[in-house]
Amino acid sequence: MISIKNVRKVFPSKQGQLTAVDDVTLEIKEGEIFGVIGYSGAGKSTLIRMLNGLELPTKGTVTVASREISKIKGSELRKARQEISMIFQHFNLLWSRSVSENIAFPLEIAGVKGPQRKKRVAELIKLVGLEGKENAYPSQLSGGQKQRVGIARALANNPKVLLCDEATSALDPQTTDSILDLLVDINQRLGLTIVLITHEMHVIRKICHRVAVMESGKVVEIGSVLDVFRNPQQPITKRFVQQVTEPEDTKETAEHLLEQYDSGQIVQLTFIGDSAEQPVITNLIRHSNVNVNILQGKISQTQSGSYGTLFIHIDGDDQEVDKAVDFIRSQQVGVEVVSHG
Amino acid sequence: MDKYFPNVDWLMMWDATKQTLYMTGISVLVTFILGILLGMLLFLTAKGNMWENKPINTVIAAIVNIFRSIPFIILIVLLIPFTTFLLGTMIGEAAALPALIVGAAPFYARMVEIGLREIDKGVIEAAKSMGATTWTIIWKVLLPESLPALISGITVTAIALVGYTAMAGAIGAGGLGNLAYNYGYQRNQNDVTVAATVIILIIVFVIQFIGDLITSKIDKR
Repeated sequence: MISIKNVRKVFPSKQGQLTAVDDVTLEIKEGEIFGVIGYSGAGKSTLIRMLNGLELPTKGTVTVASREISKIKGSELRKARQEISMIFQHFNLLWSRSVSENIAFPLEIAGVKGPQRKKRVAELIKLVGLEGKENAYPSQLSGGQKQRVGIARALANNPKVLLCDEATSALDPQTTDSILDLLVDINQRLGLTIVLITHEMHVIRKICHRVAVMESGKVVEIGSVLDVFRNPQQPITKRFVQQVTEPEDTKETAEHLLEQYDSGQIVQLTFIGDSAEQPVITNLIRHSNVNVNILQGKISQTQSGSYGTLFIHIDGDDQEVDKAVDFIRSQQVGVEVVSHG
Repeated sequence: MDKYFPNVDWLMMWDATKQTLYMTGISVLVTFILGILLGMLLFLTAKGNMWENKPINTVIAAIVNIFRSIPFIILIVLLIPFTTFLLGTMIGEAAALPALIVGAAPFYARMVEIGLREIDKGVIEAAKSMGATTWTIIWKVLLPESLPALISGITVTAIALVGYTAMAGAIGAGGLGNLAYNYGYQRNQNDVTVAATVIILIIVFVIQFIGDLITSKIDKR
């Protein structure tokens, strides 16, 4: 569906050349929700803007829905853009137009005539749940409602691809979740391919099938969301995964306990899918002569299964503790010793 | 009335008012169109915009700045050859129009440009991402989104133009300024000056009122 090959984007700047995207190659499948995560300045925004030709690659090719976006120009590019919609962090609605008129705008561009346009707008308003707000102006809407207008507008011409440029970054957590649910719903109902960029791992966890991690213009890690969560390779990926799995106070709690007890070990366990359902802790206590103190636990849902983390403090005879850790390792559970007591 | 304004010929005052309204009306209309054209060009040819073109932008900016800087009374004198070439005369209301327009359009063009620059770049980008042509963006994004600024700008310009017509009147263009100068100043009939001033104030207030009314009606922000 989308193929990015050896793409480089260099911006000329006063301090010389700035490489925003550095030799990126990606394949995104049809019907997939693909996430790109990175901190600001990682090049993810430039990357997504090359998918609809708002930026042109300095080198390499971008192909979307069998059209080479990096090559086409003029009316062909404009035609292609009607199939590659985009929603934005700051919604970018026309404040001079009402909700209906905003949604009608892309239809006007596509040359859809009056009555048909009206019908389509009504459908879209229903699809995004904005009934009753047809004649409101953007200034009268909340952030979440504005993004719903943005989504309706983006879907107006039945696109094949939806690009989401930090679409939830300006919203509060609850609204973020409702917008993400809407995106998943659209993805399933319309079979739309969604590419989103974000700096929040929560967004990736909640709706993406696959994820690419970007750092200083390069894709440093790519894989299915569950794999990346289970086994993050790069330090930056680990930091992002921690955003979701490890609340900040975990570390403090661990440190506090380590100070309190000079014996034992603090261990982080990660469970994926089936392993989450085994009574690992019960078996552990039966198997070895140790005390187990549960510090913190959490289970997160991803699009392709659940993922859990558990922090425990194992105390007892040094030998027994080592044996206990070895036992957990044999149980198809990810084990990481946080620090030694 | 006659007690307070012994020297005022009300029929003449009415004629002068009509002349002022005529000069203001036509020059506001032409300034509105010309200013939007110039301002739009200034905006579109600026760096990072759709028709980015440094030479054209520099030339328009220079012309706008020059004509905006020349004091109006000098501009009228400078334009005498141009006006006589265009209309065959230097006297009368129509003869004031070239100077009024040349003086006001660049001033308004800058306001148009500022109004356009205030449009969120993201909105223009959103329109591009939907496959809009530049013309569609001009007609359906740039103009409607900046309309309140365009209207409040033309209100300010129209009020300045009322002042300009009075100045033009002093050198033979007719209107209330002419009346105040010929009768009030030359013949020392202060009541004529006061009456002309009151009428000009009324015109200004009415323009401001209409401008504010339209702006508040169309501003949905």
